[in-house]
Amino acid sequence: MANKITLNLITCRTIQQGVGMEAGKTSKKYFDACTIIHMHPEDFKKLGAWKNTNVKVTSSVGSVIVKAVETREDLVPGLAHIPMGPWANRIVPAYTFSTGEPCFKGFPVDVEVATNERIMGAIEVVQDACGLIRK
Amino acid sequence: MSEYIIKNGHVFDPVQGIKGDKKDIAVKDGKIVEKVSSSAKVIDAKDKTVMAGALEVHAHVAGPKVNAGRWYRPEDKHFDSHKKPGITRIEGGKSIPTVFKTGYEYARMGFTFAMEAAMPPLYARHVHEEIHDTPIIDEAALPVLGNNWFIMEYLKNNEVENTAAYISWLMRQTKGYGVKVVNPGGTEAWAWGLNCLTIHDPVPYFDITPAEIMTGLMTANEYLGLPHSMHVHQNDLGNPGNYKTTIETLQLAEGVKPKNTFGREQVMHSTHLQFHSYKGTNWGDFESAAKEVMDYVNKQKNITIDTGNVTLDETTTMTADGPFEHHLHGLNHLKWFNVDVELETAAGVVPYIYDPNISVCAKQWCIGLEIALMAKDPMRCFITTDHPNAGPFTRYPRVYSWLMSKKVRDERLNTFKNADKVIGATYLANIDREITLYELAQMTRAGPAKCLGLMKDYGGLKAGMNADIAIYDINPDKFPSDGPAIEKAFGNAAYLFKDGRICVEGGKVVDMGQKKTFWVDAKVPENKQVMHDVREKFLRYYSVNENNYPVPESYAPHQHIITVDATKA
Amino acid sequence: MPKDVTDVICPFCGTLCDDVVVTVSDDNKTILSVKNACAIGAEKFNHQRLPGRVKRPRMRQPDGTYKEVSYDEAIDWTAKMLVKSRKTLMYGWASTSCQAMSIGHEIAEKVGGIVDNCATVCHGSSLIAIEDVGVPSCTLGEVKNRADRVIFWGCNPAHAHPRHMSRYSIFPRGFFTVKGHKGRKIYCVDCRYTDTAKCADTFIQVQQGFDYELLDAFRTAARGEALPDTVGGVPKEKIYEVVEELKGGRFGIIFFGMGLTHTMGRNHNIDEAICLTRDMNDFTKFVIMAMRGHWNVTGSGQVLGWQYGFPYAVDLSRRDQARHQTGETTSVDLLNRNEVEACFYIATDPGAHFPINAMISSSKKPTVTIDPHINCTTEISDVHIPVAMVGVEVGGCAYRMDNVPIETRKVVEPPEGMLTDEEVLTKINNRVDELLAKGGA
Repeated sequence: MANKITLNLITCRTIQQGVGMEAGKTSKKYFDACTIIHMHPEDFKKLGAWKNTNVKVTSSVGSVIVKAVETREDLVPGLAHIPMGPWANRIVPAYTFSTGEPCFKGFPVDVEVATNERIMGAIEVVQDACGLIRK
Repeated sequence: MSEYIIKNGHVFDPVQGIKGDKKDIAVKDGKIVEKVSSSAKVIDAKDKTVMAGALEVHAHVAGPKVNAGRWYRPEDKHFDSHKKPGITRIEGGKSIPTVFKTGYEYARMGFTFAMEAAMPPLYARHVHEEIHDTPIIDEAALPVLGNNWFIMEYLKNNEVENTAAYISWLMRQTKGYGVKVVNPGGTEAWAWGLNCLTIHDPVPYFDITPAEIMTGLMTANEYLGLPHSMHVHQNDLGNPGNYKTTIETLQLAEGVKPKNTFGREQVMHSTHLQFHSYKGTNWGDFESAAKEVMDYVNKQKNITIDTGNVTLDETTTMTADGPFEHHLHGLNHLKWFNVDVELETAAGVVPYIYDPNISVCAKQWCIGLEIALMAKDPMRCFITTDHPNAGPFTRYPRVYSWLMSKKVRDERLNTFKNADKVIGATYLANIDREITLYELAQMTRAGPAKCLGLMKDYGGLKAGMNADIAIYDINPDKFPSDGPAIEKAFGNAAYLFKDGRICVEGGKVVDMGQKKTFWVDAKVPENKQVMHDVREKFLRYYSVNENNYPVPESYAPHQHIITVDATKA
Repeated sequence: MPKDVTDVICPFCGTLCDDVVVTVSDDNKTILSVKNACAIGAEKFNHQRLPGRVKRPRMRQPDGTYKEVSYDEAIDWTAKMLVKSRKTLMYGWASTSCQAMSIGHEIAEKVGGIVDNCATVCHGSSLIAIEDVGVPSCTLGEVKNRADRVIFWGCNPAHAHPRHMSRYSIFPRGFFTVKGHKGRKIYCVDCRYTDTAKCADTFIQVQQGFDYELLDAFRTAARGEALPDTVGGVPKEKIYEVVEELKGGRFGIIFFGMGLTHTMGRNHNIDEAICLTRDMNDFTKFVIMAMRGHWNVTGSGQVLGWQYGFPYAVDLSRRDQARHQTGETTSVDLLNRNEVEACFYIATDPGAHFPINAMISSSKKPTVTIDPHINCTTEISDVHIPVAMVGVEVGGCAYRMDNVPIETRKVVEPPEGMLTDEEVLTKINNRVDELLAKGGA
């Protein structure tokens, strides 16, 4: 189970993410909609993971724990998607190529199984990175 | 409010026929009065020229296409964008200045009123938001109607009363001032990528011609008795050989009588005539048709015109003539902005560089000046740059210098790269006329005020009129002989009074005044047919609901409503 | 008696639907039901009545907890922060009214702020492209009445603009489009088989990040020139076929979204899409439109446009001149470079939508967030000022994705004593004036 696969990640809006956002950033709807990574069935096989397993996604700027799911909006193998939100943004590279736009779509990530790791809450995931959580 | 007395100035007022005589002007409570008390503040205007505040009859200064021009041309800010002395906000842009700069610059030049020349009804709220934010000057906006589905459907069946009732409804919804027509029929055709280049080309599907649209709108305008006449940007703008269409369009006014209570005598205002006075068959043999066009204008009393003077700058063209902008983009390949507006109109924007080294541009420059210099009646010919199409309005002082001094304009004409070619294709070199200060007051004050139906309050210095007064550092007895001196004087008013308040002093903005938005409320008999059609169109074809269409009055600060009653027409 | 408020404007996305019907309680305090809105819009209206809403400003204490403070206290703190900071990032504006923006700009001009809106991480690329090559576009009603070729490129309205397809682009019957959906050919270009793609007649699956190449291939095909066998994973036969179909239409439109603005190439992708549109006008009528996200992000661009001449990322820190340079005055870059001294966020949530490194930089600076609800940004701010929800509890002007302005409506009363954006900004503006008159904070 110690597989690690490299995927091309995009972050996009979904209607569930939109509904969750309007229900409140601290709502369960928002949490459920955004703490997932959509992956292709073949990539699940390569990773050696079941659907709905927590995974650790790591990019050049950091890591985040989300749940790997299959999507109804088909991907091609090698392409993965995390809905936009604070979890996705933990790993989005901030470099903008002087356009003002960070690299929200199309950056490489490593995905590995992290069954026992906990997914942070929306506010926690930001405060944690900013060093605002007192331990 | 405080009282003022302006002493010792040389007054030029066509309303009272004053031609530079020294006369004191008294101001009280925002109006010009016969006399004021001894406590009135004295303004010494010795060796200065005193005129009423100027009126802009046609400029694109507020609204969606103007703003598109602003934000898609960041480079326009490189030319001239810095805060100037006075109590002003940041000013930006040259050919398409920001709203703050627009208000300040008009005021610095002695203007107190500007007409936004093209308001797409669906975007009326945007136009009014910008007008709201434009300081000092009073403004109004003309909704564009020449390609409106309602209008075309009514006029196809000669339903003048329905047309008038719809215009009345629309002006109330949009807080509009009058009837604007841009490339009638051609802009609707543009929604399919086509155009109407003569006034007899049928409009696709609607089965009506531009001539019929214009005749119908002129009739409806007089039926309503609006303060302003139909205001038309003709078909086939900017093409060699278009002068025949121009004269044919002007002929549509023959026999139509003005009917209004505002003292307006014209039934058609034909705008930026420079762009419509071209002879030749292509850009190679292109030449001036100013003489042909102005000969007609001079003898036909019920039309007024404005010039559309090319200023030889880098500028930003913008018009509801969508097909023209596409055509222009094909010529200069600069960035093209376009928006087609459902059921109503369209607009295009393309930057343009009027390069004095290109003979076409130089000829256009000549034609604009010829039109003004060939005008026999300065009360019917107004100076514009069709801002920003032929050049920015901030160049008016330079245009005045060309018109008022043969020496200044000949210096320019004779130093064009292709001077011989330009002179050979135009009339300008043989014109000696110099516009006088009195004629300038007619062309920029009394004339436009009368044309817009505002002569009761604007354009003159008679007691009872608005205390909108421009004082320039010009001694008529020693009129400056060099261009820059003329420009400086007209560009930096010594004083500008707006409604009796000093807003500009020594070229500096010192007061934001209290700008007014004008609109016309035309009352017509209840018309169930039109209201039914409006409901139907909103239900089926518009992308907004009828109840979200009107512009609320909160958008028009200090609104000034002109009411006309056509219920007994 | 509960009553219906009709012609309500939905303050969620750039589609700005204006036919929503909201049933409110007799006392005008509670929303009971919402009709005509999409799932997201309905949720936004319904959020108004959810329990637990913060009703007074909160200030972070040294121990990291938040304490309720008065509006006056919060406004004073904010004004002092703004006056003291030489360069403040004033970001957001996309979910408030144009009237509020105007007041914000006045403050920014006085204190030397940088005003930026959500376009900076959304359609900023499109705005750069428009600055480069212009844009031929139209209003959404034109699409409804005329369009017979509709392309969705890198956008997914089924998820992001849920009523777009039924109101304007796929299904409605218009004046010249009496057959509705049947009379239109719908194309979808995306790297995923999205729910929008499922509504299309033709789906073109482009390899992620190869939109520029594919757009270029479309232009090449339109000119009848040779293509390699595949471009961006799409066979050339398909490209030629689609281009011929597009030429055969009477009125075509390209809607595009984040699939173009966020991927490699950014503004160059849009540039190419606009040039394709322009080229197509040699054959038929063709237009293009950005699928703007926030309901009033377009409005922010408009107000900045008429006041300063730039659509976003407007640097007023020189106080006598407005500057705009993407990569330099854009929010994420400013934060990446640690270049601002304070942050002022209004009507947005960069905490959730900016890359984390930008927000780490932001969290080290004095920060005020003005937003109706608790969000990821409020919880890393020093002060959170809650306000009435614009478009629900207070009206104000907004601009639709096609730049059409629509006045949003007030549907219910805000909670007792809750101020609006306009009121809070006016108070801050007045306080800033007082402080500046005294010579600073």
